[in-house]
Amino acid sequence: MAQNREFFYRRLHSLLGVIPVGLFLTQHLVVNHFATRGADAFNKAAAFMEQLPFRYFLEIFVIFLPLLFHAIYGLYIAFTAQNNVSRYGYFRNWMFMLQRLTGIITLIFVVWHVWETRVQAAFGVEVNYDMMANIVANPFMLAFYIVGIVSAVFHFANGLWSFFVSWGITVTPRSQQISTYVTMGIFVALSIVGIRAILAFV
Amino acid sequence: MSENRTIRIIVTRQDRPDTAPYEEEFVIPYRPNMNIISVLMEIRRNPVNAKGEKTTPVAWEMNCLEEVCGACSMVINGKPRQSCTALVDQLEQPIRLEPMRTFPVIRDLQVDRSRMFDSLKKVKAWIPIDGTYDLGPGPRMPERKRQWAYELSKCMTCGVCLEACPNVNSKSNFIGPAPLSQVRLFNAHPTGAMHKAERLEAIMGDGGLANCGNSQNCVQSCPKGIPLTTSIAALNRAATIQMFRNFFGSDEV
Ligand code: HEM
Ligand code: SF4
Ligand code: FES
Repeated sequence: MAQNREFFYRRLHSLLGVIPVGLFLTQHLVVNHFATRGADAFNKAAAFMEQLPFRYFLEIFVIFLPLLFHAIYGLYIAFTAQNNVSRYGYFRNWMFMLQRLTGIITLIFVVWHVWETRVQAAFGVEVNYDMMANIVANPFMLAFYIVGIVSAVFHFANGLWSFFVSWGITVTPRSQQISTYVTMGIFVALSIVGIRAILAFV
Repeated sequence: MSENRTIRIIVTRQDRPDTAPYEEEFVIPYRPNMNIISVLMEIRRNPVNAKGEKTTPVAWEMNCLEEVCGACSMVINGKPRQSCTALVDQLEQPIRLEPMRTFPVIRDLQVDRSRMFDSLKKVKAWIPIDGTYDLGPGPRMPERKRQWAYELSKCMTCGVCLEACPNVNSKSNFIGPAPLSQVRLFNAHPTGAMHKAERLEAIMGDGGLANCGNSQNCVQSCPKGIPLTTSIAALNRAATIQMFRNFFGSDEV
């Protein structure tokens, strides 16, 4: 790697985690939440998303490439840390460890989820309510989905906290404390949206 | 504890930088008000381990004996701290002493903290005042700011914050919290601020500021109570501005 690129890559990683990946995650969960209003509502919402103009362009540049960069560089960051929560059991150190752990869980989940849905769609399978209902009919897969959703949402919410620090927005301990409350609020709220959505397919 | 009138100490020892570490236990007579330095001095006076075998005295470093030089830092019962201010009466026994492994071990509890001093050079943690002619007095510093800066100037380069940081390890080249906070200190100084951009450029390089992952162990561990994570966040803000200046252009050089 070229010299002195690290700062740029880290800031890019941080930015992409929120814009667009974090925004996409939020949007994705909200659209899925239509499933709570029944199969038709979900199918209509999903069809609307599928018919967005420039769909492939949006998928590649707003979702796929940013996520790919964030995930690969995130793995590198995660594996350069030497976690030490047993020695330093402070709250933020736990969050540091969980940020890395949920990143890895999210990666495994997302790869599986994309394979099962988007890649199958590329092979001609129709993505709709029934497809998801079939997947989560298996209790093991339902548990896997819940873990995946909660870990992605935690990773995003806590990532938002560190995003505010990384860009120098929250500087004082007080602002960082309030930011913890707000981002954990986002974690709870988005988790409810995500879990309600997945349970609607059961 | 005081009935048995002895102190049990388990020291992680290492004979040479390239040899394997091993543990050795010592039992020494209790005296009131001992610190870890006096325990190590007692072992040095009579280097016999708990099995009654004669051994070599334990090597460690010390200088000021009042927690201002940082030389005597080691891991005591799992936490990195200064051995001169670690009081035996406040420690659980057996007392475990280990070197701060984040740094290369020279011998026993003695480590080489050179990388911290190299980092201070790298980030230009000084104020250049030399010229080919008398530059005259610099601008005055407001008293409130001086008091604020004094807190940051208490850093003794002890290495505790690097030891506590999960991102400072053999897999990364992160310079750690202490030298970063020094950039904030010297950039806050009215004369030092004339070289602000240079210092920011230095920490925006590889192994610099961006390596912080916000575990915040440093601020919890610093014996001098330096607001390290506030410094890091403040530098993040300064670096954001510097980044835009560099890219879009600015007359602030
Ligand atoms: C749903 C997808 C994801 C979202 C929304 C997301 C979001 C974020 C956000 C907002 C941050 C904070 C950036 C900062 O500290 O400034 C972050 C950090 C991080 N992400 Fe992700 N991320 C996702 C997937 C992943 C994946 C798959 C990995 C791979 C392991 C990963 C690894 C990391 C790591 C290690 C950090 C910590 C960086 C640091 O503290 O320096 N992320 N993520
Ligand atoms: S910032 Fe604190 S812990 Fe770190 S080297 Fe300086 S005095 Fe030691
Ligand atoms: S001897 Fe100087 S800090 Fe302990």
